Amino acid sequence: MTVSVQREDFDIAAEIARLSAADADIGAVVSFTGLVRRMTADGPITGMELEHYPGMTERALEAIAAEAEARWPLQGVRVIHRYGALEPGERIVLVLTASRHRQAAFEAAEFLMDYLKTSAPFWKKEDHAGETRWVDARDADDSAMARWKR
Amino acid sequence: MQVLYFAWLRERVGAASEEIDPGGAATARELVERLVASEPRYGAAFADMAAVRVAVDQEMCDLDTSIAGAREVAFFPPVTGG
Repeated sequence: MTVSVQREDFDIAAEIARLSAADADIGAVVSFTGLVRRMTADGPITGMELEHYPGMTERALEAIAAEAEARWPLQGVRVIHRYGALEPGERIVLVLTASRHRQAAFEAAEFLMDYLKTSAPFWKKEDHAGETRWVDARDADDSAMARWKR
Repeated sequence: MQVLYFAWLRERVGAASEEIDPGGAATARELVERLVASEPRYGAAFADMAAVRVAVDQEMCDLDTSIAGAREVAFFPPVTGG
């Protein structure tokens, strides 16, 4: 399991290649990439600033990844989350899960994103052509996470 | 203890972190009450407690969690990453 919190962009193909090469028993790699959407519920944005809690962010992502590894038979997990200034179309987050068979990788990737959305300490501030606004948390994200509760 | 603020809580308090003597505050909620009583800027930041989340020593927890012996208490709105 490897977790990174960084300003820089990431190379999806290189990340998949690195994860896949680690274990010859991997039969499936699922990749999720989150992007900055131009159109939001409050209109189009020109950019956003992603704030986070250094130290806790890494710990929270590692805890989420460890929980995924405890629930599914995974051969590898890779999480990258960016922070700082981002523009529409840019990549924000990458989740990779690797397993022998596809079901575990698919389910674990969804679980990771649902948990990350509600428990990793990141906050988005959108820029609507000069007027900045903090993004409100979505109830839909809470209910998406609730289905994984045990 | 070190008290940290993020997102609009940071903006309303006007600081990212402060060294604060918790005094007799036993929980995060009591710490908020102590802050709010001390200066108006905290009243503005903590006006809606339903929108306030807390982490004690970098672990997300309840407002009624004990802060005894904690080194770091952070207040922030619900998270919006991903």
